[in-house]
Amino acid sequence: MLPQVLASGLSAGSIYALMALALVITYKTTEVPNFAQGDMAMVSAFIAYMFLTDFETGFIFAFGAALVFAFLLGVGFEVLLLRRMRKPTHLNLIIMTLGFTLALFGFAGWKWGADQRQFPFPVSANEVIRFGSVSISTLSVATILIAGILMLLVFAFFRFTKLGVAMQATQQDPIAARINGVPARAVVGLTFGISSVIGTVAALLTAPLITLDPTLMWDALLKGFAAAVLGGLNTPVGAVLGGYLLGVIENLFGAYISVEFKSVVAFLIIVIVLWFRPSGLFGRHHERKV
Amino acid sequence: MNDRHIDVVIEPTRDHYEDIQLFTARGSWIKLALLLVVLVSLPLLLPGYRVFTLNYMAVFVIVGLGMNVLVGYTGQVSLGHAGFLAIGAYTMVLLMTRLAVPFPIALVMAGCVSAFFGFLLGLPALRLAGPYLAIATLGFGLAVTQIIGHSALFGGHMGLVVPDAMVGPFPLSGDVSKYYVIVGITFVLALGVRNLSVTRVGRAFRAIRDSEIAAATMGVDVAYYKTLSFAVSAALTGVAGGLLALMTGFISPGVFTFTLSLMFLAMVVFGGLSSITGAVLGSIVMGYLNLEMDAFQELPVLGPALEGFSARFMSTVGLPNFGWVVTGMLIVFTILLEPRGLYGLWIRALDTMKYSKSADAELSRSGSGAD
Repeated sequence: MLPQVLASGLSAGSIYALMALALVITYKTTEVPNFAQGDMAMVSAFIAYMFLTDFETGFIFAFGAALVFAFLLGVGFEVLLLRRMRKPTHLNLIIMTLGFTLALFGFAGWKWGADQRQFPFPVSANEVIRFGSVSISTLSVATILIAGILMLLVFAFFRFTKLGVAMQATQQDPIAARINGVPARAVVGLTFGISSVIGTVAALLTAPLITLDPTLMWDALLKGFAAAVLGGLNTPVGAVLGGYLLGVIENLFGAYISVEFKSVVAFLIIVIVLWFRPSGLFGRHHERKV
Repeated sequence: MNDRHIDVVIEPTRDHYEDIQLFTARGSWIKLALLLVVLVSLPLLLPGYRVFTLNYMAVFVIVGLGMNVLVGYTGQVSLGHAGFLAIGAYTMVLLMTRLAVPFPIALVMAGCVSAFFGFLLGLPALRLAGPYLAIATLGFGLAVTQIIGHSALFGGHMGLVVPDAMVGPFPLSGDVSKYYVIVGITFVLALGVRNLSVTRVGRAFRAIRDSEIAAATMGVDVAYYKTLSFAVSAALTGVAGGLLALMTGFISPGVFTFTLSLMFLAMVVFGGLSSITGAVLGSIVMGYLNLEMDAFQELPVLGPALEGFSARFMSTVGLPNFGWVVTGMLIVFTILLEPRGLYGLWIRALDTMKYSKSADAELSRSGSGAD
């Protein structure tokens, strides 16, 4: 039973890890927890759905279009709304992301209704592959692989490309980065775009698993935050590890303690971690200045 | 004159002395009496179904007061107030059905139990600022509905029917009798919160909001007042939950969603953080919007236009969701254009009037009045 639980934990954890990574990238740059992350991804998933069902395009085109849309949505959110705030205090920034998420949620409900829709996907959640005693759906395998590869790509991007390094520089100190010739403002916009794309991949992998409706990413958003808090909101690698850890813990809880209250685990983890280790398992403590 | 802080976001725009002055001024008592007369006579003038709307808005106003204490005064964000609303509603209904507790006592208990949970949630808040706290409260709100939806005691997803309430020997049957109970409580609570803001406690809250470290240095017990703020806010919301159950007669976990929590935040942001009048106005507007969301097509001129637009570009079944778009946009544009909300607009209007009256005097003062 245990390997089976670990496998499903890993598959769920992949989604959480993607969401956590998306959240942490923008959090590091602007110190804003982007509460619109989930619904931005949800709307992008609906865009893919629209291409697939209304325009009957192929999967590659539809998913590509969704990712492009996600990128533009992310950049647009930063450039048109976040950047133009009069008084960008923490509270106001948070409230801005909340307002945006509510508007997106309403838009999706208005455009596509609140029905639960079957999301077409190349691989199925019902087809099962067996590895010894463990049986795992092809969708889960695809989720684990795609999420893993994407995250490796993102880390490689940050580590090895000039743009990635510029982003890291902006995250550490925007003013110093600007002095050294990094177009910091453009980089911040770009960060939101990339983060939105990562979140959308998570949404595209979640939609075939459950059904597509405007609340698609609520759960994943909370889990992403829980994972990021668990690993450390300031460490991308920590947040990803936190995502996998959360997936496994949650499934262990579901298997051995209680299935009904599985979703409460995320909240408990948030509270416990914040109480004992506010900067997360892998994060360094960050003293607040006066 | 402190009310010229054009670019200050959540600062109170009056200082303490002006606050007191405003409250004890004779004009303010007259206004209060007028308001009371209007409130008492409203249900007699309006058609019956409108009284239900008023009750709904009054419940939202109480939540708005609670949000105002927490977000406006103390500067702590909460995305889980629908959870407190649920706790209040379920506490009251369960006490009434299982233990046959009379309605007034059950309502007070709803506030107390909710306050207790607020206190619990306030504990982690001691170590958390801004983003972390928002995340923790988000988790709280979702966890509460999950637990309620999965427990037989709470009626699961099917919900619970609220029993008939009695105040002493009088049964609360119609909307009108409920109106006097709900609005009476709302009025008293609003006065209470208004008074709280000018007491030692209110000042401590605002000191924490403006700078936690400075407040601690001044001798404010930050831990105590932060948890107290959570508890007070939760208590108010719990009472609102009980009253919501009373007026709707039925509660289910589907009512207390994440979007409702966001709407609660939207009320105080739109109305103006840290201003009672603003919070009340914001709550009234949002409460109305939330209730009328299912019937946009029945609006006078806008309705058919919206319906046509929906049929053409969006979907007609999804039209109720237009309300969320409006709510979200209101938040976005409030933060973009006037972060102090309706209250800020009011201050600005007053300012413009003042400027045109005595531009010279203002000019001479503005040289030294920078902050």
